[in-house]
Amino acid sequence: MAEESPKKVLLDPLLDNNPIALQILGICSALAVTSSLLTSLIMCLALTSVVACSNASISMIRNQIPSSIRIIVQMTIIASLVIVVDQVLKAYAFEVSKKLSVFVGLIITNCIVMGRAEAFAMKNPPGVAFLDGLGNGLGYSLILIVVGTVRELFGSGSLLGYQILPLATEGGWYQPNGLLLLPPSAFFIIGIFIWILRSRKTEQVEHPDYQIHEVHRSEAA
Amino acid sequence: MPGLMQKGKDSVFGTVLVALAVCLVCSVVVSFAAVSLRPVQDNNKTVDRKRNILSVVGMLDPSKPVDEQFSQFETRVIDFDTGEYAPEMNTEEFDQRKSSKDPELSINLTAEQDLADIKRREKYGQVYLVRNDDDSIRFMVLPVRGYGLWSTLYGFLALEGDGKTIVGLSFYEHAETPGLGGEVDNPKWKALWRGKKAYDEEWEPRATVIKGTVDPSREESKYQVDGLGGATLTSRGVDHLIHFWLSEDGYKPFIQRVADA
Repeated sequence: MAEESPKKVLLDPLLDNNPIALQILGICSALAVTSSLLTSLIMCLALTSVVACSNASISMIRNQIPSSIRIIVQMTIIASLVIVVDQVLKAYAFEVSKKLSVFVGLIITNCIVMGRAEAFAMKNPPGVAFLDGLGNGLGYSLILIVVGTVRELFGSGSLLGYQILPLATEGGWYQPNGLLLLPPSAFFIIGIFIWILRSRKTEQVEHPDYQIHEVHRSEAA
Repeated sequence: MPGLMQKGKDSVFGTVLVALAVCLVCSVVVSFAAVSLRPVQDNNKTVDRKRNILSVVGMLDPSKPVDEQFSQFETRVIDFDTGEYAPEMNTEEFDQRKSSKDPELSINLTAEQDLADIKRREKYGQVYLVRNDDDSIRFMVLPVRGYGLWSTLYGFLALEGDGKTIVGLSFYEHAETPGLGGEVDNPKWKALWRGKKAYDEEWEPRATVIKGTVDPSREESKYQVDGLGGATLTSRGVDHLIHFWLSEDGYKPFIQRVADA
């Protein structure tokens, strides 16, 4: 694992090992914040900076962390970074931070952050760990941006607040799809994304856990 | 001694040391961020408050700076008991929310009085007024608060100069369930308040949030607003806080005085 090239560490999580599409992590916030593109973008920025910085700082002290308290040490570092990000958003992106409300705080419990800390940062030097965090953050961002774009465009006919499809209620022709503004629609979009991805990259298709064989009665005993 | 470091970090002493060091560094980082960003955050809150006051009376124009638009408002401190202005209080420095926790500047509410579940009510309130050209009051914006399901809802109730017609109700801070009680922020729901009557002919507070949908054919529909679906307790909280702040213990003396003027 340690010999992987920095480029591979950075770009692998985008399509080949995407945290949402392949590892199916971090779905909760992907459903909750993607009803508009702006909130998705800010969430991506917040998560990417948290996972990159937490990976780097955990990796820096990985040889000092006692194994008995390693999870809580990781949590402390992640939680501190999330609080810092939350404070920065409240200071410089007040409106968006009101819309994101609890979901910034919930980055602490996002499986991607914890997963990368435990799986990668504890075993690799800081530079590569930072890139790994950045890559995984970008992989998460890719899905959020796709979902956010589809949901805002077809749910409210706009992108980043600018009206693109004139709404029927305001004299245009587009009848917005209300379902897309509700969280379940993100399930469908993520599902379609995974479907397309796996039909292009067939090695990502999961093998069935077990196979049902037809067994002749004489063999069953 | 070879391997001391290796053994050291997993020993009790090493564990405690690392735990302490991590906590120390993290707390310094967190408190530095919190303290250094506080002024910017406070400014955001003030601007947001002004924006809310503007939007509750429907005067908000997003293209103009909030401070400039807010200059149409006159900020006055009032005495809750008499309903008179209290010129001895400095409007610049007065903070209604802070004063509600100050024993000198607030009163204890008895269980019967305390409809909104706020325990204490300040003696002075800060109101925002917009005047007509002939100096009569066009709108008054009154800070209100009350307990919902999880949190105290802080907001503004705006009335017309007659004191009986509601212009709007909007909350600027709460922590109700997003999607259920959080729908108090829904513009469609907020629009239901516009034009409703706060009081009847005898100055009895009548505005209320009912369970379900208002039947417009009924006589009392002019006082009623639809409850929020799936948020019974938040709706009840809003209903109670409206009753409280419209009552004798709330702004009623002031509202009546304005209406009579």
